[in-house]
Amino acid sequence: MTVVAGDTTMIAFSVNGRDVEVSANGARRLSRVLREDLGLTGTKVGCDAGDCGACTVLLNGEPACACLVAAGQAAGCEIVTVEGLAKRSPVHGRLQQSFLAHGAAQCGACTPGMLVSASALLERNSSPSESEVMDAIGGVLCRCTGYRKIISAVLEAGVACGSGGVKTAEAGAAVGARLVRLDGQRKVEGSEIFGADEIPRDALGVRAVRSPHHRARFQFGDLDGFVARHPGVVLVLTAKDVPGVDCYGVIPRCADQPVFAHREARYRGEAVAAIVGEPDALEKLDLSEFPVRWEELAPIKTIDQGLADGAPRIHEQRDENVLVRGRVVRGDVEQALKQADFVVEGEFETGFVEHAYIEPEAGFARRVGDTIEVQACTQSPYMDRHDIAKILGIAQEKVRIIPTAVGGGFGSKLDLSVQPFIALAAWKLGRPVRMVYSRTESIVSTTKRHPARMRLRAGAMRDGRLTALDFSADFNTGAYSSWGPTVAGRVPVHASGPYVVPNYRALTRAVHTNIVPAGAFRGFGVPQAAIAQEQIYDELADRVGIDRLEFRILNALNNDTPTVSGQVLGEGVGIHACFEALRPKWKATRSAGSQFNAATKGPLRRGVGVAGMWYGCGNTSLPNPSTVRIGLKRDGRIALHQGAVDIGQGSNTIVTQICADAVGAPITHFDLVSGDTAISPDCGKTSASRQTFVTGKAAHMAGTKLREAILNLAGACKCGELRFGDSSISVCENGKSHTLDLSSLPVDEHGYVITCQETFDPPITPLDENGQGNPYAVYGFGAHMAEVEVDIELGTVRVLKVTASHDVGKAINPTLVEGQIEGGVAQGLGMALMEEFFPGKGENLHDYLIPSAGDVPEIESILIEEPSSIGPFGAKGIGEQAVIPTAPAILNAIYDAVGVRIRKVPATPDRVRAAILEKARGGVRG
Amino acid sequence: MAAGASFPPVQTGRLRIQTVEAKGDAGFWGLTLYLKPRTLDQAVSLLAATPGQILAGGTDFYPALGERSPQGNVVDITALDEIRGISIENDHVRIGGLTTWTQVIRTPLPRCLDALKAAAREVGSVQIQNRGTVAGNLCNASPAADGVPPLLALDAEVELLSGDGRRRVPLAQFITGNRRTLRGSNEILTAVLVPRRLDQAASAFLKLGARRYLVISISMVAAVVQVEAGRVSEARVAVGSCSASAKRLKELEKDLAGVPATSAIGGAVRAEHLLPLSPIDDARATADYRRDASLTLVRRALEVCVGRL
Repeated sequence: MTVVAGDTTMIAFSVNGRDVEVSANGARRLSRVLREDLGLTGTKVGCDAGDCGACTVLLNGEPACACLVAAGQAAGCEIVTVEGLAKRSPVHGRLQQSFLAHGAAQCGACTPGMLVSASALLERNSSPSESEVMDAIGGVLCRCTGYRKIISAVLEAGVACGSGGVKTAEAGAAVGARLVRLDGQRKVEGSEIFGADEIPRDALGVRAVRSPHHRARFQFGDLDGFVARHPGVVLVLTAKDVPGVDCYGVIPRCADQPVFAHREARYRGEAVAAIVGEPDALEKLDLSEFPVRWEELAPIKTIDQGLADGAPRIHEQRDENVLVRGRVVRGDVEQALKQADFVVEGEFETGFVEHAYIEPEAGFARRVGDTIEVQACTQSPYMDRHDIAKILGIAQEKVRIIPTAVGGGFGSKLDLSVQPFIALAAWKLGRPVRMVYSRTESIVSTTKRHPARMRLRAGAMRDGRLTALDFSADFNTGAYSSWGPTVAGRVPVHASGPYVVPNYRALTRAVHTNIVPAGAFRGFGVPQAAIAQEQIYDELADRVGIDRLEFRILNALNNDTPTVSGQVLGEGVGIHACFEALRPKWKATRSAGSQFNAATKGPLRRGVGVAGMWYGCGNTSLPNPSTVRIGLKRDGRIALHQGAVDIGQGSNTIVTQICADAVGAPITHFDLVSGDTAISPDCGKTSASRQTFVTGKAAHMAGTKLREAILNLAGACKCGELRFGDSSISVCENGKSHTLDLSSLPVDEHGYVITCQETFDPPITPLDENGQGNPYAVYGFGAHMAEVEVDIELGTVRVLKVTASHDVGKAINPTLVEGQIEGGVAQGLGMALMEEFFPGKGENLHDYLIPSAGDVPEIESILIEEPSSIGPFGAKGIGEQAVIPTAPAILNAIYDAVGVRIRKVPATPDRVRAAILEKARGGVRG
Repeated sequence: MAAGASFPPVQTGRLRIQTVEAKGDAGFWGLTLYLKPRTLDQAVSLLAATPGQILAGGTDFYPALGERSPQGNVVDITALDEIRGISIENDHVRIGGLTTWTQVIRTPLPRCLDALKAAAREVGSVQIQNRGTVAGNLCNASPAADGVPPLLALDAEVELLSGDGRRRVPLAQFITGNRRTLRGSNEILTAVLVPRRLDQAASAFLKLGARRYLVISISMVAAVVQVEAGRVSEARVAVGSCSASAKRLKELEKDLAGVPATSAIGGAVRAEHLLPLSPIDDARATADYRRDASLTLVRRALEVCVGRL
């Protein structure tokens, strides 16, 4: 026995075939020893609780969560991490290649855990079944992919090349190719650098002190004494330490959030102070001993409490706690409802939904002279730069934001998280300062999907024509504005669905409460609206007595019909095609379901549901330019400065594919330059399904310009063909060839022979007081069909299959498009069936459930290409579009199966069973 | 003792003791001591001498820490090979406390332990099954502990060892509430003893959760059915996640005796049989739902048992 009365002992074990000895406390988590002591940061930490499996390693050949293994338990053992897989045996190398070929890695945060878990299976069983694969990876959560491509990658790991991915494409043939993502190799090797993966020497750490109450006044005790009593603690930061304007927010005109609460904390999880110190010292701190006295106040938790007469104002300047109102009105909805042959109405409710990306927020900052550098995971480097400059009280040019790879974002990493704390501390101390959120900290303090309460009345004529929709919604926007205005503004434009609704009124309010801010989450409120609207339309179709899919086809928008904001798109309206693609399957599956239900004597009932979707790409009636710079280098390679942060969705690859074909150069000739604000222009935020469309268009324009400049330099006409060589370009024209020797040409201030920079801002118009105008230049369209099986005795719902048709204009990379669809379906399924965050409860990934590998069914993607002439090669966005129709399709399928309408999501087993019992008792349906 | 000084290891009998590396004023007791005894005797004397938290599979230990590093002494018992693994003895099956769920799955066991194997496959994930131990599951005493209903249904006992000696306690008494047990802080749960009286009875375990993997159950049921001449001679039913700790349904067990062992066996179960349960409303489900769903699960578990006969 080793009795060590000091903190540390020497622990010897083998890692990836190498013998190592580390000095550590034996009880230290192995995950920390691997990452922080041995630099093996391929092993990711997502929860420190065994709930996500991202840190899975092989311990003597068996998968284990490294966060649950004591360093002392590794003594004498053989550990294999993702970094060691490829050299362990050819099986692992093939698995990594299969992951790349199938597009099984999106953000890459779960990828190491997935690869290690699947490797353990393949070592025992070289041709596993699908259910064996699911069992093997069931302990690793993924939030991006929907698991299906991961399962395929494991199943086909033994098959040479498998289906799918190519590593290169001929010049001019990149668009439309299933190219392996350009940043994929790093993700399967574990060498990608995420927010927590670079640990500067001598970096101090930060722990935030957060309010344990939804609303509380507070007073600090002796902070200097606290620092003095805790060796290794260097500094405590509070509101008084903010040198600039202590008020930030993603929408500058609504900015209202302080770095640290001033006197009163407005939500549970709001930071009031930050303790900066040596990492070891911080880990030992018991934050309950921090000198702060709380005086709990009665919180406003619900929309009704926020709106109540006499409710205290959460922000002095906002009457009735209403942050903002949204409004779109067209025609005369009251009159139309009176005249309609059929009117249905209903109220629907959704809860808080957590983004639950596998990578918690992390990064570090350092001061370099009079500049602050912040390297962190983010979706919006230039917006971060704006707010950090404001907080520090320095010029924006003195702030450099270096975005790392992002382990999933889905909207929440648009807002600041660790950045103000590390920037303030590093600015003040002149030492690098690092912060990594725990899973709990991430859940309690970062934004959520807005809970919605929606009331609808919809009317139709006997022939099935929709004539009116009256929609009103209140959103619980939490304590600070975040993206509340965007949700309240976008929903009224979209709440009609992709249909012609001549008489329309949509009114929304975002209401403040003492809850963690609700912000951006894939779809900005439209998924919530679709849950209500697509269910109401099903009810209306039933009332009219027309098939639910045919009802949608009958009313679908086309190129010449006006939207509810009066916009006539004129082209690229692919919703008819999306619905029609489902028609044969719809008929066959409905009849198979009815036969099953008629024949069964057991408790299972099958049902099929459909839902449609439209979604405008880019900001709503607001400018959102992207600027892309490309440079021809003397060695003949092309530098692509594209500042669109790739959060897993694939913009690094998509934008390069577009640019390559615009130039006419092979994609292998491109060098990607990151979204570092010091070296790349602003491509705006990765949000609003805008990067393929907006940044892609800017890349197309810059690429076209570069092509023209090269031809011009060679004195050739526009139809000349370019052949890229080493340090030279051959221009072929009318059978004649002319070679440009690049190495002899002068370079400009960027170091390039030719630099082209282009900006694209989608053509939109402002909305008038009735929400009429052209809010978006391009819309994506889609329709999902869900097949479900409901256990009527238990109320459990199993989704058997989702068929998803999406009009993407042009699928720049079909594998990546499918990846977005499958991931969107999985998130929609979670929203429909299991996901709800209860503030103050279950702030972890075992109480907050997201779908696991066993919950996501087969997904069949049908890609429709109705090009938009504005988008690059006709392309539209797909990121958010993919999530919107899944939940209502599932809810409509539940109704189809058992005749109960679930008006409050998620449709958990208890809610479904209660509705079934209610119906059996003869109560009102749903 | 000078701050930061370290001293060479000292051999004392079988114990290799490395003496104190004191840090500043923190002193001996301000530090986290990681102690890894090699034998059961060492572990017992260590726990007798000094307070410490026992660490085994770590699957409950580490999640409970949150953001802090471990505080106080940590006694890692995973080197105690004496209490690992399963042996089939004359009158009972002895499951060593350190036996992992994966070992439960991989070890051939009498049929009455099919339910325990099924539960083992439902524990968290492969990663958790590879590390988490049977003893840890019982000592953590979560109301949703997957291992408890199958063992409770078989009248399992636990064996506890300390400097004061060895004792056996029926599992039904050992777990006294939500995360509360009779284990003294100096005691190690060395084994679970499962009587072999119902060795060849059919058993089943059903877990209901809101997702497929990595899920805490809403309700779970273990059932054991022994049949003679086409009728139930003995039945055991335990329900978890519906009370502070899993509960046996004794009235139901009595009423099942003599019932024909057919697929209609579920019909013998009535709502009143679930009265021993005291489910709560929580984020996973309502109490009413738990009662209602448990009734269905009990019926189905019995039907599965009959189907396996």
